[in-house]
Amino acid sequence: MALHLDHIHARSGTFDLTADLRIEAGQRVAIIGASGSGKSTLLDVIAGFLPPVSGKVLWNGADITAKSPADRPISILFQDTNLFPHLTIAQNLALALNPATGRVRSGGMALIEERLSRVGLSGFGSRRLSEMSGGQQSRAALARVLVQARPVVLLDEPFAALGPALKDEMLALVAEAAEAEGLTVLLVSHDPKDARRFAQQSIVVEAGQVSPPQDTNALLDNPPPALRAYLGAG
Amino acid sequence: MAPRPLSITLAALAALTVAGLVIGPVTAVILRAEAFSGFRPADWQALRFTLVQATLSAALSVLFAIPLARALARRRFVGRGVLVALLGAPFILPVIVAVLGLLAVFGQSGLLNRGLAPFGVPELQIYGLHGVVLAHVFFNLPLATRLILQGWLAMPAEQFRLAATLGMGRRAMWRAVELPMLRKIVPGAFAVIFVICLSSFAVALTLGGGPRATTLELAIYQSMRFDFDLARAAVLGLVQLALALCAGLIALRVTSLPVAAKGLDRIVPRWDRVDTLSRILDAVWIGLAALFLLTPLAMVVLNGVAEITTLGASVWQAAGHSIMVALGSTLLCLLWALPLATRWGEWLGLAGIALSPLVLGIGLFLIVRPFANPFELALYVTATVNAFVSLPFVLRILRPEAEAIRADYTRLRDALGLSAWAWGRWVFLPRLKRPLGFAAGLTAALSMGDLGVIALFADPDRATLPLKVYQLMGAYRMEQAAGAALLLLLLSLGLFWLFDRGGRVGSSP
Repeated sequence: MALHLDHIHARSGTFDLTADLRIEAGQRVAIIGASGSGKSTLLDVIAGFLPPVSGKVLWNGADITAKSPADRPISILFQDTNLFPHLTIAQNLALALNPATGRVRSGGMALIEERLSRVGLSGFGSRRLSEMSGGQQSRAALARVLVQARPVVLLDEPFAALGPALKDEMLALVAEAAEAEGLTVLLVSHDPKDARRFAQQSIVVEAGQVSPPQDTNALLDNPPPALRAYLGAG
Repeated sequence: MAPRPLSITLAALAALTVAGLVIGPVTAVILRAEAFSGFRPADWQALRFTLVQATLSAALSVLFAIPLARALARRRFVGRGVLVALLGAPFILPVIVAVLGLLAVFGQSGLLNRGLAPFGVPELQIYGLHGVVLAHVFFNLPLATRLILQGWLAMPAEQFRLAATLGMGRRAMWRAVELPMLRKIVPGAFAVIFVICLSSFAVALTLGGGPRATTLELAIYQSMRFDFDLARAAVLGLVQLALALCAGLIALRVTSLPVAAKGLDRIVPRWDRVDTLSRILDAVWIGLAALFLLTPLAMVVLNGVAEITTLGASVWQAAGHSIMVALGSTLLCLLWALPLATRWGEWLGLAGIALSPLVLGIGLFLIVRPFANPFELALYVTATVNAFVSLPFVLRILRPEAEAIRADYTRLRDALGLSAWAWGRWVFLPRLKRPLGFAAGLTAALSMGDLGVIALFADPDRATLPLKVYQLMGAYRMEQAAGAALLLLLLSLGLFWLFDRGGRVGSSP
């Protein structure tokens, strides 16, 4: 049971990315690296937004390289635009649950309500994003991922706009849900503290080179030179 | 990327029908014109008149628009917002309504002649070249003003500040600041109006006519209606097509389609021209323009309001036809426009500008004739042609928003795996609601007021309201015509308002 990037070579414009690594199922992994190092490109390859030039993406041994984003066992939280602002939260979640028509039966509604209460948004189904605080919007986005119920979750700095306390709260919530559902989570973050708190293992991305997962604390206690330069003296 | 088979199919279907509507009638016209009977002197005269009136109309519209736009750009006064908004109104104003209004002011027994008669001034005649040009200026002065006003408002405020610091005089200001802007804007404005006036039909039909004031479009109509000379109509149609194509391509190079410009309510802060003479001149220009644009409309309302309750059954029947045609062409136009709201779709839609309605009408007539009586299909043909003619404007309105929606939400759509149906139903259409309402309103109003291809096919049982007004005028039943014109005005504005309002209600950020 693992997400396997098998000799991946991807190109985005003139930017090249190479990756060859395994992430065991159920792991929470942080992706660390400077801006422009290729973190988002890596997520795009895994999510299926960027087809690699060569190499394969495998999930539990099955080749998913040619599958569209929606057909992969993967859900993703973007930096922004995780929900449609003109729809209510319940309508958004109904679309996530049934992307063919956006309509759900009463069983589906019960599931949606359950997921909302899991992220602390009981009774928020009839609201729109504009009627919610930043923290509540993040929770609603997380509920969307939980409704999609895919085994792998990619987080592309979705909580970057929140204050430190709210961000910690959200990461704790994600960790809790991941434990309960046995999810594999990849978190892109700028903040080494996030990595320590959230992820047992971390991946370093530097100038398009992706390293295999290492123990987060060991990595951050004794970072390689490039990572040390990025993290600063602290 | 997830393939979108359904939306691609829809786009292909829309593109094919639009292309078919271009190629089919044009081919029919070309084949029919093969029996080239030679260009008669009257045809040369029509060609010459078409070019002369379009040149004069465009030149005068732009000429008057320059001081008017400048005055509007730099003066703040009560009613400025209303006046600027009204400059957009001629776009949805039925031509026949405006013509009736102009007749009430400039016609034989109009306000002007009645006012001047006591002073022994000889009676003004509105019919002929000057009447056609007058009506075209009435319609296009507002358009030119909006275009040039945009030019004024796009100028960086720093330029005026710098000019004020340097203490630049009137001449220096004109040479260094105003002239360069006008050089950029004016050729485009002139070209657009020239192209619009090239295919002028309704104005020439009502105010022109006779051998010396016949446009090509009108000549097509006459050879159909009076002589039933299809070959000649086709030859004329071919000439009209070539003319519009050349002019359209030139216009496209120098300008873009003017629809719904935003932000015209801004005022350019200026430190020059604060002297009394400038103020008075600006006030005179604004006053004259308001008088010129508003008096005819006021006369339509004034003359029609007493008659609107006494309208005959045939007028109401025509109104019913017009509403059906307007709704039908709105639906068809939106069905075309939604899948075609892309860059290449907009290029395809531009055919709607190059192809004049009458040429299309002749072509469809030729195609339909072997199978059915074209006159029985008059209303369907009219609705189709109207939808086609509105398409470029609708695409211009929808495309920016449609592309923004795709840019913003494609990743989320793909991440969720939304079906084409769910995407359209829950995301694309709801988010497009506002421009969709506006575009639908424009199409409905344009179609409601159209007096073009219907005149070609019309029989008394299948008249639309604009045609009915024209027929009443022709029968010198001016009171009934005035009442019907007011009804037409109300219906056009009402349809526009309803659709536009529908797009605004409940549309969220």
